[in-house]
Amino acid sequence: MATTLPMAGTTAQVNLAGLAKNDYRGAPTTLCQGCGHNSIANQIISALFEMNVVPENVVKFSGIGCSSKSPTYFLNRSFGFNGLHGRMPSVATGALFGDQFLKGIGVSGDGDSASIGMGQFKHIVRRNVNMVYIIENNGVYGLTKGQFSATAEVGLKLKKQGTNEYMPVDICMEALASNATFVARSFAGNPKQVKELLKAALSHNGLAVLDIVSPCVTFNNQDTAFHSYTWGKDHEEPLHNITYVAPRNEIILEEEMKEGEVREVTMHDGSVVILKNLDKDYNPTSRFEALRVMEEAERNGWLVTGLLYVDTSKPSLTEMYNLVDAPLNRLGDADLRPAPDMMDKVNALMF
Amino acid sequence: MASKVVNDFSIIVGTVNGSGSSTANNTILRALFKMGIPVSGKNLFPSNIQGLPTWYTIRISKDGFTARRDEQEIVVAMNPASFARDLASVVPGGAFFYADDIKQPITRADIAAYPMPVKQIVKSDPNVPSDYRDLVGNMVYVGVLATMLGISLDAIQAALNFHFKGKQKPIDMNFNTVKAAAEWAKANLEKKDPFHVEAMNKTEGMIMADGNTAAAIGSIFGGIQFAAWYPITPASSLAESLNEYLPELRKREDGKHTYAVVQAEDELAAIGMAIGAGWSGLRSMTSTSGPGLSLMTEFAGLAYYTEVPIVVWDVQRIGPSTGLPTRTSQGDLTFVNFMGHGDTQQIILLPGNVNECFEFGWRAFDVAEHMQTPVFVLSDLDMGMNQWMSRPFEYPKTPMDRGKVIWEQDLEELKGNWGRYLDKDGDGVPYRTVPGNKSPLSAYFTRGTGHDEYAKYSEEAPVWHRNMERLKKKYNTARAYVPKPVLHPMKGATVGIIGFGSTEAAILEAQHQLAAEHNIKADFLRVRAVPFTKEIEAFIKQYDEVFVVEMDRDGQLNQLLTIEYPEHAMRFKSVAFGDGMPASARWVREGILAKFETVKPSAAKKAAKTAAAARPALNKAEASRKEAKLKKTATKTKPAGKTSKGKKQEANRSR
Ligand SMILES: Cc1ncc(C[n+]2csc(CCOP(=O)(O)OP(=O)(O)O)c2C)c(N)n1
Ligand code: SF4
Ligand SMILES: [Mg+2]
Repeated sequence: MATTLPMAGTTAQVNLAGLAKNDYRGAPTTLCQGCGHNSIANQIISALFEMNVVPENVVKFSGIGCSSKSPTYFLNRSFGFNGLHGRMPSVATGALFGDQFLKGIGVSGDGDSASIGMGQFKHIVRRNVNMVYIIENNGVYGLTKGQFSATAEVGLKLKKQGTNEYMPVDICMEALASNATFVARSFAGNPKQVKELLKAALSHNGLAVLDIVSPCVTFNNQDTAFHSYTWGKDHEEPLHNITYVAPRNEIILEEEMKEGEVREVTMHDGSVVILKNLDKDYNPTSRFEALRVMEEAERNGWLVTGLLYVDTSKPSLTEMYNLVDAPLNRLGDADLRPAPDMMDKVNALMF
Repeated sequence: MASKVVNDFSIIVGTVNGSGSSTANNTILRALFKMGIPVSGKNLFPSNIQGLPTWYTIRISKDGFTARRDEQEIVVAMNPASFARDLASVVPGGAFFYADDIKQPITRADIAAYPMPVKQIVKSDPNVPSDYRDLVGNMVYVGVLATMLGISLDAIQAALNFHFKGKQKPIDMNFNTVKAAAEWAKANLEKKDPFHVEAMNKTEGMIMADGNTAAAIGSIFGGIQFAAWYPITPASSLAESLNEYLPELRKREDGKHTYAVVQAEDELAAIGMAIGAGWSGLRSMTSTSGPGLSLMTEFAGLAYYTEVPIVVWDVQRIGPSTGLPTRTSQGDLTFVNFMGHGDTQQIILLPGNVNECFEFGWRAFDVAEHMQTPVFVLSDLDMGMNQWMSRPFEYPKTPMDRGKVIWEQDLEELKGNWGRYLDKDGDGVPYRTVPGNKSPLSAYFTRGTGHDEYAKYSEEAPVWHRNMERLKKKYNTARAYVPKPVLHPMKGATVGIIGFGSTEAAILEAQHQLAAEHNIKADFLRVRAVPFTKEIEAFIKQYDEVFVVEMDRDGQLNQLLTIEYPEHAMRFKSVAFGDGMPASARWVREGILAKFETVKPSAAKKAAKTAAAARPALNKAEASRKEAKLKKTATKTKPAGKTSKGKKQEANRSR
């Protein structure tokens, strides 16, 4: 395990978990310079560091794609499983039964989740598995060199590919339609919002979908393309300024509280997400509102970002299974193999 | 009337699918079993919920032969749609029982035909509600057969008690109809056929179960922690049995669960979940059949390459494609062996009876976790869904083998000297950690891409090659760990038979017939795992001719044996056949006779007479050359092989 020592003359900043930011890093990135995915990986590192998360309590997952390579670029000290194209959800679903106290962080792409993996995506959403599900959405298949993905807008023109003729899939809509309990959209060009949404997602007890527009600078970054930096910067319509307040951190809480224009969501772990409304009075606990805002954005050509929907009342998947108090993967023969006298009883049951 | 035939014939019942006849059929089967008579029952059903013809066969055999027979002495016709066909299927001298409301002519004089007033008997009982009449109507043939064959009414009542789990109302309703029908038969039918059953004591200490239930219970005694599945015939009842038995067998005082069973959205997700759970340290499994297996292929390769232990039960049905979903087969063997692209090699366990379905239920987890790889267990529809007599299940004699899993303290002792894919012990099996391990040294990144000993991404040619060679070494290590074959020897054997799985009953009977009727003595070796263990080669070397018997078109076990033992390829004679029906001794026997070439002085004359039509004639020169060769091997190989290795194999019979 490579641990980087603090530079001479500086004091290593450690968080409440006693860890430096370096303890949250991964291997150096091998993605293109300027790729939106890199900026998201950096925000994951910051969010986890600031939240004092112990890396051993996190498990990383991904499918296949440039985006799915990201888990190598953060949290060296966490277990990770880079599975099959489009099949991250099933692997994560099973793996999180191993130790139900672990939190999953999954990174997928728009190809990985909205094309080949659409079925698994929708089913992990409805099962409410306890993990943050990030889709780094660039409207193309980066790793296979720039084919259209299912989130590409109609009329998008790409070199070699021609013009996209099909209507796009909206990942947040799909998540909501599948009864997601946490849906947020963001833009890699807005790192502060990405980080705050990540923190809220990490505190969510269940599946948190984070659809992050993440431009592919190599294959889809024309100024007019929906998934480009320029378009995103010009058309982003944040619903609110989002602030994440860690559990029992009352000082900040009071400071931020302002009657009338503030909405709070208390998460399962006691933390609070403060949504400071901008021009609209938006209620993220209403599915109806979420669908309306997305529809409105679509008609007006806005990239609406923020916490679209949250429901903190639903149990996560492992909670539904009423598991023993110890992690399942720490159980041995005594808990798992029925006693010898049960053998006779079973044989008697067989006629 | 021909002389009395006792406890040695077959019954077939033709009904309409969905008419509730399975209760009646199981009642007859269990009653005979209770009387101490060896029996087997097979449901030959269509892929349909209601309406199509369906048959149930019962084999009654005082000698303990339980394979399906092609001939039926007793035919029960309850279905107008299959009446003519059923009537034609009775062997000459047999008996034909039919519902008398079917107004079709009895066109045969060479059988005994018995009408049964099904509707009238049911109507005469005021306690049977009108909407139950069809269901209970099936009990009429149970009662009539009881009288005409001599099935004990007490045994029938015991069977009904079991079936309805002691619930008095349905027991009474059904048993009253049985009694009424039995009395009616006593008063109105005159016995004109020679078939009888008489109580024996040949089922004492035995149980009766289906392979899917046995597999599920075996998995529970194996400490199963996670299962994901997707419904498919004939595998569904395996996962459903987990749901049925887990709450009882793994009940805890705190009411909490030590396991989870998830019905996935498809088989792709089912194996994906199972792999996730296996990776995170759980005893994890999935169960499926052909089409689901096809979907699982990419994941099977991933699990092989990333070295994740999981158990996959494949309850085979006949394919390709949707095939015949309710018919049996052994046609998935080569597919599973190579399941995954590139150089994938999977470990396969091959249970041959219900008892082994239980045993491999728990053992498969040991093999998977010990070897850190997927283990496929190939059962089939016949074994999985039909009721079989079986030795009682035996409690595992060894504690669970969790393999080389290391935790926080181990890592501390190793002082970081650990790599996920590092072959420390020279057996190709590395050490693994699982998520939730709190040591900062424990984590690694699992990937389907190229990786080195420390699980780091690598495209280096030597790294790739080294890893694949280690996986091969691991596969070879497994040879000593998988179940050894079972030998069924025959005194004076000159040829060998190799088979696997549910054909055991048919091959054993054929082995007996070949010796008794054709003077061909064959040792029979039942393979129980791939990779092959050393006992298999030792067996093959003893004979010039080894008949490889299996239920598929292309002789898949024969193919695998030929790949494994190219130097013995000339000894193998493939006896392969697949039509969806469970194997019968007749096709095994005829298949062997058709390919039988060895000319042994004693066997030659008799075999020539019986099998002349079936096999190509040998010219004299060829025959004498073969004879000479046989003598040579008989003196050279036989004694050694027979005394030392033969004995050892026999010892494995009880494993
Ligand atoms: C079964 C399968 N089919 C195809 C591929 C090839 N493939 C690799 S990545 C990819 C698309 C990735 O697109 P996306 O998920 O959007 O990720 P990005 O690279 O854009 O971040 C494809 C088609 C594969 N790995 N597996
Ligand atoms: S190809 Fe596109 S998505 Fe892939 S790393 Fe480069 S910029 Fe990122
Ligand atoms: Mg993409």
